Amino acid sequence: MDFEVIVEYFPRLLEGAWTTIQLVLVSGIVGSLMAVPIGLARHSGVFWIRALPYCYIFFFRGTPLLVQIFLVYYGVSQFEAVRESMFWPYLREPYWCAIIAFCLNTSAYTAEILRGALAAIPKGEVEASKVLGMRKSLMYRRVLLPRAFGMIVPAYGNEIILMLKGSALASTITLLDLTGMARTIIARTYTPIEIFLSAGVIYLALSMLVIWVFRWVERRHNEYLRPIEN
Amino acid sequence: MANSDTAIKLTNIHKTFGTLEVLKGIDLEANDGDVISIIGSSGSGKSTFLRCINLLEQPTEGEITITGEPLELKRGKHGDLEASNQKQLTLMRERVGFVFQNFNLWPHMTLIENVIEAPVHVLKRSRKEAIEQADILLKKVGLYERKDFYPGQLSGGQQQRVAIARALAMDPQVLLFDEPTSALDPELVGEVLSVMRDLAAEGRTMLIVTHEMAFAKEVSSKVMFLHQGQVEEFGPPEQVFGDPKSERCKEFISSVF
Repeated sequence: MDFEVIVEYFPRLLEGAWTTIQLVLVSGIVGSLMAVPIGLARHSGVFWIRALPYCYIFFFRGTPLLVQIFLVYYGVSQFEAVRESMFWPYLREPYWCAIIAFCLNTSAYTAEILRGALAAIPKGEVEASKVLGMRKSLMYRRVLLPRAFGMIVPAYGNEIILMLKGSALASTITLLDLTGMARTIIARTYTPIEIFLSAGVIYLALSMLVIWVFRWVERRHNEYLRPIEN
Repeated sequence: MANSDTAIKLTNIHKTFGTLEVLKGIDLEANDGDVISIIGSSGSGKSTFLRCINLLEQPTEGEITITGEPLELKRGKHGDLEASNQKQLTLMRERVGFVFQNFNLWPHMTLIENVIEAPVHVLKRSRKEAIEQADILLKKVGLYERKDFYPGQLSGGQQQRVAIARALAMDPQVLLFDEPTSALDPELVGEVLSVMRDLAAEGRTMLIVTHEMAFAKEVSSKVMFLHQGQVEEFGPPEQVFGDPKSERCKEFISSVF
């Protein structure tokens, strides 16, 4: 075990970790925002509204994340229209390609989590909104989505942790995230044990952070589930 | 034509689930101030009938008039009648309070939040005004001290009292009760009935589906006995409970008393 290597390259690993955090944070936020309309449409009683998000979710859950990243990074650039479009400065960057792929992927999973939560709300609570004269939009905004949110938290925390680890795949398209940085360092120092172990520890620490945050949110939002304290 | 003081008029309500005909043409007219109990054995269609009034259940046939305004209905995809004017339906529901067997409070909101939700967001009252009114209502049902509790922290009887306060907060012209005490432990039934007794004494118009015969006899102005989706007996409580004409009603009354 060569600790000097670890000490020397730890700042570079942290740099990579920062890229990983950005990837997860940006795609987590954008992906969850995308998931709301997709999940709502998926919950719709109308077949045609339900069908499109169904296909979307089917595709992104049914194919490997790595394939999706490759499709965005290598696939999209084949079209000349894309290369000439205003989005090209972004679409040629591996950073943005990874974020796009992660957003699409996580929004599909999150939409499905949301659909499950909406379906799990007892029918009586929906009826209670109806008999008080709520229109559908109001019912979803004020009652059903907040209610579903509380149910989602544990499953969504899980999704974020899966994405954190999935983000390692960004290293395959030359991105220097935590894994990418580790591989680059190892190519120079030939110390895979030391560097991969350090990267693993950083991943663990990040997961722990995510777990804490979600535990806190869960506790705060699901206060109503706690019995009265005497 | 409905009189000006006709709160609810239902004509020829039919409901079919698949091949099962649950309601076979029921008429009912409730005037302002009427307290009408709907009784009958399980499966007689009482709850279905009550739920048809504000379209929680879609009738297969029939006409519904609330406070003189006929509800616009059209035939839906599955053959039942649905509101052809969603806006009219929501406006109508604002005027008709509904209390469920299982309370159906929103568990993620405190009691006071449950009560003010619809007044603030449906009736567009100011939050302050809604809270003042909710305080009064929660005092009335005896739960003002617990207004910041969550429904899950209360007993069933307390939850049902809050559910009644939530319905009252909309200032409804008619209150519908769907077996409000059937999900409660026996010792909690009394507190809910006493709140309902007060409401009846205030002169509120109420339709109550219930299994509490003594209560129905005491508070009702009229009683309706349903059997297999049809009205078997309808009249003042003294008649329905004391001198029923229908054989089935006689049997039912003697079996529950």
